[in-house]
Amino acid sequence: MDVLYFAWVRERIGLPKERVETGAATVSELVEELSAREERYAAAFADISALRVALDQELSDFDAPLAGVREVAFFPPMTGG
Amino acid sequence: MRIAVQEQPFDLGAESDVFAAAATGMGAVVTFTGVVRDVDGGLEAMEIEHYPGMTESAIRKIAEDARDRWSLGDVLVIHRYGRLAPGERIMMVATAAPHRKDAFEAAEFLMDYLKSRAPFWKKEITRAGEGWVAARCEDEDALKRW
Repeated sequence: MDVLYFAWVRERIGLPKERVETGAATVSELVEELSAREERYAAAFADISALRVALDQELSDFDAPLAGVREVAFFPPMTGG
Repeated sequence: MRIAVQEQPFDLGAESDVFAAAATGMGAVVTFTGVVRDVDGGLEAMEIEHYPGMTESAIRKIAEDARDRWSLGDVLVIHRYGRLAPGERIMMVATAAPHRKDAFEAAEFLMDYLKSRAPFWKKEITRAGEGWVAARCEDEDALKRW
């Protein structure tokens, strides 16, 4: 699947988008997998209460299953308007 | 209903005119414009990042929700991204309705939801450095009244 990062999550991890092969069943499992990779991921995902997640461009939550999902995006709370 | 997510500036007067002229039979047209504000006097620019694809669909859904809740003739949302200078217009919302209460309330609803549910992120660039604008609890709380 494609994993996208926005705002300070993108800056902390150091890239906007990457292809991830994963067996993670939920978003939380994917976060654990990414955090275990490198310190920059662990730093970005240190406090998931400060993060939001979208699955296939729809807001979702960290318990949501990943089956069939093609695009996951992580970002801080939105500041539009 | 028109949703535009764009980098270039928009012409507030022209957009308002076209919107109002097309709103035949509507007794009320409300427009709101958001402007880059230099709070502490040191702001050089505001950089707005967004999530192409999701931004348009999220705004469309918010506008459709507004149309379901209020009696509206039409809705317009324009939101910019990229680098903006203080005083530049970030976005505008326009609503047309038979009566003003619907037009005002729907415009406020759109603004509240655009703030916290449309995937935009603002970064302030000041003389002292740069930093992401944090979401405010009040903005999240504002959704509860709807």
